[in-house]
Amino acid sequence: MTTVSLTVNGQSVTADVDPRTLLVQFLRDNLRLTGTHVGCDTSQCGACVVHLNGQAVKACTTLVVQANASVVTTIEGIAQGGELHPMQAAFREHHGLQCGYCTPGMIMSAIDIVARKGNGLDEQTIRAELEGNLCRCTGYHNIVKAVAAGAQAMAQAPLRQAAE
Amino acid sequence: MTATGIGAPVRRKEDQRFVTGQGRYVDDFNRPGQAYAYFLRSPYAHARIRSIDTGPATIMPGVVAVFTGDDLAADKIGGLICGWMIHSKDGSPMKAGPHPALAQGKVRYVGDHVAVVIAETLAQAKDAAEAIVVDYEVLPAVVDTAEAAKAPVQVHDVSPDNTVFNWHLGNKDETEAAFARAKHVTKIDLVNNRLVPNPIEPRAAVGEYDPGTDNYTLYTTSQNPHVARLVLSAFIGVAPEHKLRVIAPDVGGGFGSKIFIYAEETVCVWAAKKVKRPVKWTSDRTEAFLSDAHGRDHVTHAEMATDENGKILGLRVHTTANLGAYLSTFSSSVPTYLYAPLLSGQYDIPAIYCEVDAVYTNTAPVDAYRGAGRPEATYVVERLVEKTARELGQDPAEFRRKNYITQFPHATPVIMTYDTGDYAASLDKALEIADYKNFQQRKQESARRGKLRGIGFSSYIEACGIAPSQAVGSLGAGVGLWESAEVRVNPTGSVEVLTGSHSHGQGHETTFAQLVSDRLGIPIDQVSIVHGDTDKVQFGMGTYGSRSGAVGMSAIAKALDKVIAKGRKVAAHVLEASEGDIEFKDGKFGVAGTDRALGFGEVALQAYIAHKFSGQDLEPGLKEGAFYDPTNFTFPAGVHICELEIDPDTGVTKIERWTAVDDFGVIINPMIVEGQVHGGIAQGVGQALLEGAVYDQSGQLVTASFNDYCMPRAIDLPSFQVGMTVTPCPSNPLGIKGCGEAGAIAAPPAVINAITDALGHEDIAMPATPQAVWRAAQKARMPVAAE
Repeated sequence: MTTVSLTVNGQSVTADVDPRTLLVQFLRDNLRLTGTHVGCDTSQCGACVVHLNGQAVKACTTLVVQANASVVTTIEGIAQGGELHPMQAAFREHHGLQCGYCTPGMIMSAIDIVARKGNGLDEQTIRAELEGNLCRCTGYHNIVKAVAAGAQAMAQAPLRQAAE
Repeated sequence: MTATGIGAPVRRKEDQRFVTGQGRYVDDFNRPGQAYAYFLRSPYAHARIRSIDTGPATIMPGVVAVFTGDDLAADKIGGLICGWMIHSKDGSPMKAGPHPALAQGKVRYVGDHVAVVIAETLAQAKDAAEAIVVDYEVLPAVVDTAEAAKAPVQVHDVSPDNTVFNWHLGNKDETEAAFARAKHVTKIDLVNNRLVPNPIEPRAAVGEYDPGTDNYTLYTTSQNPHVARLVLSAFIGVAPEHKLRVIAPDVGGGFGSKIFIYAEETVCVWAAKKVKRPVKWTSDRTEAFLSDAHGRDHVTHAEMATDENGKILGLRVHTTANLGAYLSTFSSSVPTYLYAPLLSGQYDIPAIYCEVDAVYTNTAPVDAYRGAGRPEATYVVERLVEKTARELGQDPAEFRRKNYITQFPHATPVIMTYDTGDYAASLDKALEIADYKNFQQRKQESARRGKLRGIGFSSYIEACGIAPSQAVGSLGAGVGLWESAEVRVNPTGSVEVLTGSHSHGQGHETTFAQLVSDRLGIPIDQVSIVHGDTDKVQFGMGTYGSRSGAVGMSAIAKALDKVIAKGRKVAAHVLEASEGDIEFKDGKFGVAGTDRALGFGEVALQAYIAHKFSGQDLEPGLKEGAFYDPTNFTFPAGVHICELEIDPDTGVTKIERWTAVDDFGVIINPMIVEGQVHGGIAQGVGQALLEGAVYDQSGQLVTASFNDYCMPRAIDLPSFQVGMTVTPCPSNPLGIKGCGEAGAIAAPPAVINAITDALGHEDIAMPATPQAVWRAAQKARMPVAAE
């Protein structure tokens, strides 16, 4: 066993873990943050995307020891004071989800895309940047619309972005 | 139309929890004291099991128990079943081989279940599984669909030639006569590629047993929890039906693959009692590839006869359908009654004859996958229609129009009676949206850039709203296919609707609430939809076959009618009027011709306090149930047009435009309906361009991960242009036809017709990967050099 300490959604967490524990297992099994999902075993589907020190990572291929002394944000940590993050609101408004299973990873990736590429995202950029996330329900049509709208909305809410 | 009523694009009620990570899927459930199951699976496609030594595994750290097929047999746990009896042409019943949940004596595909280890942690269970010693006598395997019946390999003792049934539909003599007088005959050979459904949520199960009450609970990723309970109790014998609660909570997509009752949930329920602890199993993706039921896998030869005017005279089809190593829950119905009855397409075809040989192979079981039989039929019809038009030198759109059915009802030669439709209206609208008249200009512009542009049509039809119980019973179904609903009105006027349908992405919590809001005139947030729990909902047949609108909502509508009728009686007592004078309108029960009225909530309260009427005259309470059995299938239909561009130097195909015009009858929520169309198209494009399950000759699945099986990603798809036409369905009270599978049915032939149009020849199979398209493009350029 080894000890890890990290900050998850603003809260400090310390735990003894088997060294082979994946970050996603730690989030789901130890912290019961079950919004981060596992959809594959080859780092392809992106259902497990979280932010590690502000950058999108796949929690299924990250050991929790790699997140030691780091800041982790999950889908449960982005709404502020009961108000949805603009990207969450955009997915809802534009019907960017059906079964909801890929959605947390999609939203966390989308926020990361905005952080890297800015708020004015065209369709081709969004489609190319979503290469690490699979959705089987939506055909991506409404996800692309949601990401574009969410990116615009994030520009209207700079304070919120700073808060993240 | 109100803001939340029928026809409004209401934002989904369920999304608040999904976008915040608060959805509750099976793997999110953890029961006190739970242990973890891991299945040891066969590494061989076909082998006799000489012995299994579980001893070394049982002493590994954390191991609670190790079980094999012998343990299930000792407890008299039955095998998995196929619930649809098909009879061969000669009247003999299909040859169903035994399907034990854990292997008994033999394994028949890679991934077949050999033993289960239950341990304190999943890692310990996996480690211990490696210590089980299995002595296999490896046997030759058969994987090839077309070769299975001739192979010197016998998958099941009951079927010496690996044939499950030789089935047929239609009229052979009339069809032969039609071909005899034909001016032209078009022939085609097609492979409908094997697909892996791949909902992003893998299957999972948690079994639990309470020795105090002798009650079992199963949390499972199911599209139809009541059917799961029925099969697990009545056929497999794990627990009595009234002692087994099956919960299918949020389910992360199904596409058919979560209809079936699998080995894993069977074992989890049974083992929970054996080890006296909850037992949890969650599939990883590789297990999903290996053991989720696959879809499609047909090899077909088809011929279409036309007369001198280009009218279709007849169609004859021979299909070999691969059902895999075992008959899955509904597998036998897919290449038969969900397939051949759709071979008339949207066309007036006087004579049709179809033969289907179903075969066993050493591959994963094959069962319903989005569309289930109907995509296979549409692929046959639409490839053949397109090819016929080309051979006759006719415009493919106009050739279709000339052969469309225009009079309804229309009885086809393959047992369906289409109730309504306007196929030309969908075609006209699609041609306009697709700007078909300027296609040649765009093709020339592409040619100037060295690119090959093609356009392909698909005029699909499907039979949904599954299904009239009497009809399917006469065709071999083991169940009725009605749906149930219960409407519980609370004293405060809020409403709970218990439905036998199950939502795993379809948005029932919203659309079903829209119906209730519309009918009762109450705000949508006063309505809760309850589904997926056999302790709450009495019975239901679940969600598949685009049935939940047409059948599930019809049951709700029927129950709502009863609620309103009862409310009218209550209001009559309270308002001291005759029941015949009570009108229900805009959420109010009023006395006709007066301003005396009670709101819906007031009537609900009066129904429960029962102060204003005698309980002998009128029962207190406001709760009504209904079972709705359809009177016919529904027939959604439409036209999809795919326009694409091929780079002949790289073989890369880029879809430039996608036009979909569908007639789904009455639409409850256009936002959700369009979303269903988008998703279906993506799966159809996936089949056409990217996806294919590949077994090597030894029976190893070489496409067993997302690295090897190409799922459609955002970059592979365009945005879609979706239009609608509406002819209300006359056979159900809401006029709904269903929309869940249309895209997956329509898309594959549209894509391949566009590719063959671009290439100028027909020699391309699905999936049309860049390599395949490049080869085909070289052939088109230089037919000799490419040989």
